[in-house]
Amino acid sequence: MKLLYHIGHYFLLMKRVFSKPEKAGVFFRLFIREVEMLGINSLGIVIIISVFMGAVITLQTAYNIESPLIPDYLIGLTARDSMILEFSSTIVGLILAGKVGSNVASEIGTMRMSEQIDALEIMGVNSANHLILPKIAAAVFINPFLNIISIFVGLIGGYLAILLSGTISPEQYIFGLHFAFIPFYITYSLVKTVLFAFVITSVPAYHGYYASGGALEVGRSSTRAVVYSSILILLINVIVTQLMLA
Amino acid sequence: MIELKNISKSFGTNQVLKGISAYFEKGKTNLIIGQSGSGKTVLLKSIIGLHDIDEGEIFYGDREFSKMPIKGKKEIRKELGMLFQGGALFDSSTVEENVRFPLDMFTDKTMEEKSDRVNYCLAKVNLVNANHLYPSEISGGMQKRVAIARAISLNPRYLFCDEPNSGLDPRTAIVIDQLIKELTVEFDMTTVINTHDMNSVIEIGDKIIYIYEGEKWWEGSKDEILKTDNKELNDFVFASDLMRKFRD
Repeated sequence: MKLLYHIGHYFLLMKRVFSKPEKAGVFFRLFIREVEMLGINSLGIVIIISVFMGAVITLQTAYNIESPLIPDYLIGLTARDSMILEFSSTIVGLILAGKVGSNVASEIGTMRMSEQIDALEIMGVNSANHLILPKIAAAVFINPFLNIISIFVGLIGGYLAILLSGTISPEQYIFGLHFAFIPFYITYSLVKTVLFAFVITSVPAYHGYYASGGALEVGRSSTRAVVYSSILILLINVIVTQLMLA
Repeated sequence: MIELKNISKSFGTNQVLKGISAYFEKGKTNLIIGQSGSGKTVLLKSIIGLHDIDEGEIFYGDREFSKMPIKGKKEIRKELGMLFQGGALFDSSTVEENVRFPLDMFTDKTMEEKSDRVNYCLAKVNLVNANHLYPSEISGGMQKRVAIARAISLNPRYLFCDEPNSGLDPRTAIVIDQLIKELTVEFDMTTVINTHDMNSVIEIGDKIIYIYEGEKWWEGSKDEILKTDNKELNDFVFASDLMRKFRD
């Protein structure tokens, strides 16, 4: 019953979020700010994780399929498809659920505790729309770029790994990156990224918006936001994969 | 003016407001007093629509507020200014941006006109050279003054203050009280203040309503409150040695 209550409340909040902003200029200013806060400021962690993920996938593949029957260039192909299909969308999505999700929940939760949200309502401002829509719009806009950057630097990480370990030649790796490329995989990855971006902003925003109590509750709502966002990302991942790749 | 007719509000089985009727006059500072837990904050939040009331009516002038659709309430809220207990300033915005916020949202003024209005409001609350500071960089008293400046930036017809001098030293508290009083008279606003500070009652209480266990127990002026024979009110007003000495 409690789950149904939260689902209902979440959709009612989203109804308020997706209304016309009071002032386009104010919305655009907030949107740009959120692009920087949620997107540009996440670039560092996305690059670091992607480089190491690309390197590890490449090395793991190389060490586990050592066989004269399997051509070496398949290591490059495996690294490429792993990064595009799962790691740059799902794993980066999960990491951003932690970073961005806790940030969104604690920011909005603190605004609730310090009566800033009440102040907006008293002024006649739709607080849900004013606070949450720029965050969702910014994440949905910027996360596909983060995804593409993640794929790119992940493959560079793989290249550096084979260069330093000498498992296969760089030419074989690059040939593998080009071999049997399916462009639809990029579409699939971007669709997932957009859906995950929506989840990692809207779910934490819901938890922050309805936080009540004190500072402890802000912390709890932040934790809940990350847990539920992560579960939803994994669930959506299964559904989208079945719908798009089956 | 604001008129309340028979307002009731419950949370679950706990009835917090029990049929309160009151009349808040224009150009005067109307005080709601009562001990902690008496229901005065719920009453204030009900008047401004942060809580939906179960029964009764709230009139802003001749407009019935409580049963209005959201669009109508939104229009009335543009005529309200609110000073929250903690100031409720936006942490990520400077003093200037905080005061300019209602102007950005609800006017089509140019940036220059908005800046002029911001500086006018800040000058009204005696705050100069603080435009580019963040709320965390100024004192509690200054935060309250910024909040007042923000509340009056759209020339409100109604001003609500929730414990305006909580957390302030006595001297700053008097300054804030006087400021609210002056602005009320100057802009001819209907001001409603929620407080349990007896200094405020004595200083600026044009009209006072005493709430006791969710009911309106007494109403009168600051002169009448000192002479009342209402037992519960006397227990509240003369709870401190200082007030008893003042009476005697």
